[in-house]
Amino acid sequence: MTDGAVMQVEGLEVSVEGKQILNGVDLTVPAGEVHAIMGPNGSGKSTLANTLMGHPHYDVTAGRILLKGHDITHLPPNERAQRGMFLAMQYPTSIPGVTMVNFLRAAMKAVQGKDMPVREFRERLKEALEILKMDESFARRYVNEGFSGGEKKRAEVLQMSLLRPVMAVMDETDSGLDIDALRTVAEGINALRSPETGILLITHYQRILNYVTPDHIHVLYRGKIVRSGGRELATELEEKGYDWITNAIDAEEGVLSGATESEDA
Amino acid sequence: MTTQKAGDIVSGYKYGWHDPEFKPVNEVKKGLDAGVVAQISEIKNEPQWMREFRQRSLQHFESKPMPNGAFWGGNIENYDLDFNDIYYYVKPMEGQGRTWDEVPEEIKRTFDKLGIPEAERKFLAGVGAQYDSEVVYHKIREDLEKLGVIFVDMDTGLREHEDLVRQYFGTVVPPADNKFAALNSAVWSGGSFVYVPAGVKVDIPLQAYFRINTENMGQFERTLIIAEEGSYVHYVEGCTAPTYSNDSLHSAVVEIIVKKGARVRYTTIQNWSNNVYNLVTKRAMAYQDAVMEWVDGNLGSKLTMKYPSVYLMEPGAHGEILSLAFAGPGQHQDAGGKIVHVAPNTTSTIISKSISRGGGRTSYRGLLKVHEGAKNVKSTVRCDALLLDQDSRSDTYPVMEIDEEQVNIGHEATVSKVGDEQLFYLQSRGIDETEATKMIVNGFVEPIVKELPMEYAIELNRLIELQMEGSVG
Repeated sequence: MTDGAVMQVEGLEVSVEGKQILNGVDLTVPAGEVHAIMGPNGSGKSTLANTLMGHPHYDVTAGRILLKGHDITHLPPNERAQRGMFLAMQYPTSIPGVTMVNFLRAAMKAVQGKDMPVREFRERLKEALEILKMDESFARRYVNEGFSGGEKKRAEVLQMSLLRPVMAVMDETDSGLDIDALRTVAEGINALRSPETGILLITHYQRILNYVTPDHIHVLYRGKIVRSGGRELATELEEKGYDWITNAIDAEEGVLSGATESEDA
Repeated sequence: MTTQKAGDIVSGYKYGWHDPEFKPVNEVKKGLDAGVVAQISEIKNEPQWMREFRQRSLQHFESKPMPNGAFWGGNIENYDLDFNDIYYYVKPMEGQGRTWDEVPEEIKRTFDKLGIPEAERKFLAGVGAQYDSEVVYHKIREDLEKLGVIFVDMDTGLREHEDLVRQYFGTVVPPADNKFAALNSAVWSGGSFVYVPAGVKVDIPLQAYFRINTENMGQFERTLIIAEEGSYVHYVEGCTAPTYSNDSLHSAVVEIIVKKGARVRYTTIQNWSNNVYNLVTKRAMAYQDAVMEWVDGNLGSKLTMKYPSVYLMEPGAHGEILSLAFAGPGQHQDAGGKIVHVAPNTTSTIISKSISRGGGRTSYRGLLKVHEGAKNVKSTVRCDALLLDQDSRSDTYPVMEIDEEQVNIGHEATVSKVGDEQLFYLQSRGIDETEATKMIVNGFVEPIVKELPMEYAIELNRLIELQMEGSVG
């Protein structure tokens, strides 16, 4: 294993309802680094995100996922979370009747294995809300119930900043945000950066990379990482579009085998 | 809470003890006939009009068919309920204990398990505790008495306030209303009589605890609440029952009169053991600008048929029904509510929440009726069902009889499953599947729970958690 890697993904193959979406993904996120995964729609980005967190609809047919050297490939999501994995979801679901504050308290207790004193919890919550420019009344609302798109994304980052994961996967956290909200969310992500933490930004656009500077960029296409590079890769993608890469891949392979239409299963 | 297997829960049913040393006195023979009914009247030394009322009711009971689901209610014909295999009256002790010291030891032990003494100390609103058919312990806080508030068991009410009882008894739910109302009218025992004089606002909930403790004994309590003009009272009823191998029958009648500008809230949390037939008729009449609220939580039992009703008799009256049902394995909760808009400018809300798990079945059965000429009626009905697994079932039977055009009616019904996405979301934050399911269920019932007094809200959440144990995996 790579020394100091927070997360390693090795030869990951994943299918949904019998249809193969990921065709052998290899990826290493060393401690302290921010990696970005970019790719056109249907390339398997969300499948990768959900698989890393252990969504039951995604079947791992080959390969494995290591978190700080531990194989978590077949652990339930809650045990992954307890080991420091976090997924900021693209479409967070609502839980009617459960307040954010109760939910956050339960989550922190579950992840840390013990109850935090109420006062300390309140202080940390207040602090996190301030960073994300969220009103305190937010904590009394039901989880994601009636949240606007932007509020949902902020709420995901809020959870991340309270749970302090060692590996945070952000699934299109930037989509649907206006420029101010994007800045705020980026601040929240940057606040998590530390020499021990790994961050994986999954995005369709390079916009957020102006605010959260990645160490490496990977392009996912047809369930595989087809290019990796530094910051400059994003700029190139912005200028030339994905076709520049995908056409070349399609030409190499000749036929469209295993291409996927949708990733939001 | 630590995890328990489903089997442990069944055998360790929390309120399922049975006090073996307790021997009922004055037992009336099993089964039902005119002689049994006369004997009940005799033991209670009732006035002639009540004796006649009971005998008349018995005739109604005998002539009425069993509810079979064709006109209203669950299909009780499918159950092997044998009316001749039930005790209709059991008197646990002579007379009534006025103070705690006078209550027999073995009864106290049962109350201790239910937490009655603490409850009494805490709420001090007078505890009507029903043990078998007779209320054995009853105390009213002194200042309630000073206000002229009457809060006694029904038998005492009949003895000491006969004129009031005679004026209202059976006027809201007549014996001929349905087979089980007729049965209750023939053999009723215990229950509460509450009278709140005009303008008096009772600022603490009046609480009564009910309990069945004789095998094969029916419990037929009868409650009558009269709220005079401009008064307010909140009556709270909580029931638990021990587990028995034979079937038990609980068939109560509750009648409430809410006069001009008065407000009554009636809260029930019932947790019957899985062999109890819970067949209850609850109805209120609300007059001008009056407010009637039913908060009705049903857990346990084999079959529950319960539809609290409000008749909005005069302009400005408002009726509200919050119904919560939880059906586990082998249980059918047929619950809901009825609102009848008799007068114009009346408003109503029905909110029903039901949860089914382990093959349990819930049915929402609601009636919304608007009489011709009841203009400007506003009503909202909302029923939500939550299914915890594939084997469970939920049905909705909303009946609307609207005989007036100038009305505003809203109806919304949802059925949802505890979704994989919700579970995944909570699990991705470290919460395990069992806890996550509990959170989702508690969130689902939150709109009802938040209406309960604090201690009942806690108890309800605890009861639901108990019902949920073993529901995952």
